This record gives sequence, C-alpha cells and structure tokens, in this order.
Amino acid sequence: MTQQQDSRRVGIVLVSHSRQVADGVAAMAAGLAGVADAPVAGAGGLPDGSLGTSEERITEAARRVDSGAGVALLADLGSAVLTVKTLLAEGDVLPEPTRLVDAPLVEGAVAAVVTSVGGGDLDAVAAAAEEAYTYRKV
Amino acid sequence: MSGKVTNDSGAGAGGEGDGGRELDAAFFARWMTEAADAIGREADRLTKLDSAIGDADHGGNMRRGFDAVRQELAEDVPATPGAVLMSSGRKLVSTVGGASGPLYGTLLRRTGKALGDAERVSGAELASALRTGIEAVAQLSGAAAGDKTMLDALLPAVDALEDSGGTNFAKARAAAERGAEETTPLQARKGRASYLGERSVGHQDPGATSAALLVAALAAAHGDSAGEDAGFGADEGE
Repeated sequence: MTQQQDSRRVGIVLVSHSRQVADGVAAMAAGLAGVADAPVAGAGGLPDGSLGTSEERITEAARRVDSGAGVALLADLGSAVLTVKTLLAEGDVLPEPTRLVDAPLVEGAVAAVVTSVGGGDLDAVAAAAEEAYTYRKV
Repeated sequence: MSGKVTNDSGAGAGGEGDGGRELDAAFFARWMTEAADAIGREADRLTKLDSAIGDADHGGNMRRGFDAVRQELAEDVPATPGAVLMSSGRKLVSTVGGASGPLYGTLLRRTGKALGDAERVSGAELASALRTGIEAVAQLSGAAAGDKTMLDALLPAVDALEDSGGTNFAKARAAAERGAEETTPLQARKGRASYLGERSVGHQDPGATSAALLVAALAAAHGDSAGEDAGFGADEGE
C-alpha cells in the first residue's frame, strides 16, 4: 500500500550548498508537479546567504514541510550530506520519520515531489527519488 | 610530564574508587577554550592550506564554530565532562557551516557520550572515549587512515595516548602534529580535495592540521607544553 490514507503528504527538503540551487530546484519540482502548495522546501547555504550548510535552515525547512507523513531529505554533496547524517544521528532534531534519500538532487527532487503530491508514502517517495539514478541521458 | 594519572593498569574504566579520575568538567571546558584560542591564532594558516586544495573556508568556518563554543562555555559550563563535549559538539554542528561542522561535532559528541555522566574521568577513559569518537567520524565520512583527512592526525594521537595508559598528552600532541605533516605527500580521497586527484599531493591537509591543533589544545589544557616529553617529533616542526 503506497497511498496515504488522508490529506497528509510527505514533506521534501532539498539541502544544497547554495540557497539559489535549493530554492530553484524546489520551485522547479513544484512547478513540474503542477501544484502551487507542494510540500517541498529548499534549505540552501548559510543564514547570511553565503555558500555552506546550515543545520538551522535544514531543521526549519523540515518542520515547515512536515505534516505527519514523514520527511524525505535530498542533499547535494559533502557537508550537506554529512550535516544531514549528523542530524539524523542526533535522533531528536528532525520530525519523525525523516530519511536521507540517496538520489540525484534535481532529478530526484522532481520524482519525489510528484510522488508525494500523488499521495505516495515515504517509502514510495524515497523509491521514486532513488530510481532517478537509473534515468540515462545518452 | 603529567604523571598525575595513577591508574597502574592504565585501563581506567571500572577502575577502583576515584583512582586517576582527575579530569573534570572544568578541564574539558579549558580544552575547548584552548582549542578556540589555537584555531583563532591559526585560522589564516588553515584557510591558506584550504585554498591550496579546498574551498578556502576552513579557517573561517572553524573560528566561527569554536568562537561560539567558547562563548557558550563562558556563560555556563555543564556539570560533567561528557556534557561539556556533547554541548560543544552540538554547537559546532550548528555554527561551522562546512563539512568540519558535522565531523568535529560528531567527534566531540560521540566522545562525550562515551564518557557518560561521570563527574570526573581518567586519562585512560578519555583515550578510550576519544577512540569511540574517532571511529564515529570514520563511519560518518567513510574515510580511513591515509586518505589525507583529519583522521591522519587523530588516529596516531589516540594511539599514543592509549599506549601511555592515558598519561602522556604531550606524546599525543607530537603524534598528531607528525600525522598532519605526513599528509603532505598523500593524495586526497575524500571531500572536495579528492576532485584534484594527484594535484592534491604536496599540500598539508587542512583538516589534519586543525585536528592537530585540537590535540595540542588538549595537551595545553593538561599542562603539557609543546615538546615536553614528546617522545619523538617535537623538534620536527615545519
């Protein structure tokens, strides 16, 4: 069973070193999903707008998109991935359940948001995002 | 030379009575403050090393993180060694902004957690807890010895501390400094520097360098000045 039983949708947080990348990919994924209020948020850069990874911005975004159906986190590389893993290891910082999804950021975000908006649960959202790695371009 | 730790077995954990448990929360706060001082002094050097093979933010990131740790400890020192390290690690995760935040944050938090809620711990117990923290860093990063990372300073340091039964902090410091220097001929296999491939060879790793500063701060907090009974390497400075 992969459909949510109610109106709760899986939240998706996009963690990037760059605020513009995170917010841009979030807008693109919501646009391609065709839903104005898609449960996706960017968590990019440091609070002052410079490049980096902010624990505060990640946790804030996760709480914002969480509606009780779980949260999928997609990250770009390096400190973004390490910070998410560290927060998950803390156990009490992020909404429950929250999962780091092993997926390419842009393609995975589109697959995740479309699946979430379509009513998929956290397993389905994660599987769709991870499957994006199999999309070959040549 | 410290010589203050009296556990004859050197094993520490579960030792008799309070024997050798000389390290209290104030000692760990002093370690963190010494580290903040050292990072502040060396921030420009760390950034210079990072500009050779990284993105030139290591000094600034580390200074921001340890300044925040120092400020927090100035307001309130938690009651136990474990709590000092756990809150300091948490602070680093939330303030550093680069990969060193989760890496050093994990190091301190896991070390602190391994120390439990004892009010005082022995040097041997600290060595054992550090080993746990370093293993957590290795697991988080997927890095191993020789990958040109902070582990190349931390692993020899904890080896030296354990070998001395948790008594010889100066030897740990010398081992960390030598480990950091020995990253120069290595090729990076983790992090941004790994994209450089062979061009990462010939530069000392900034993460190993800051890790050596952290170990040096530990020795300083313990009252062991540079070169004192280091066993080796104390005169091998750059």
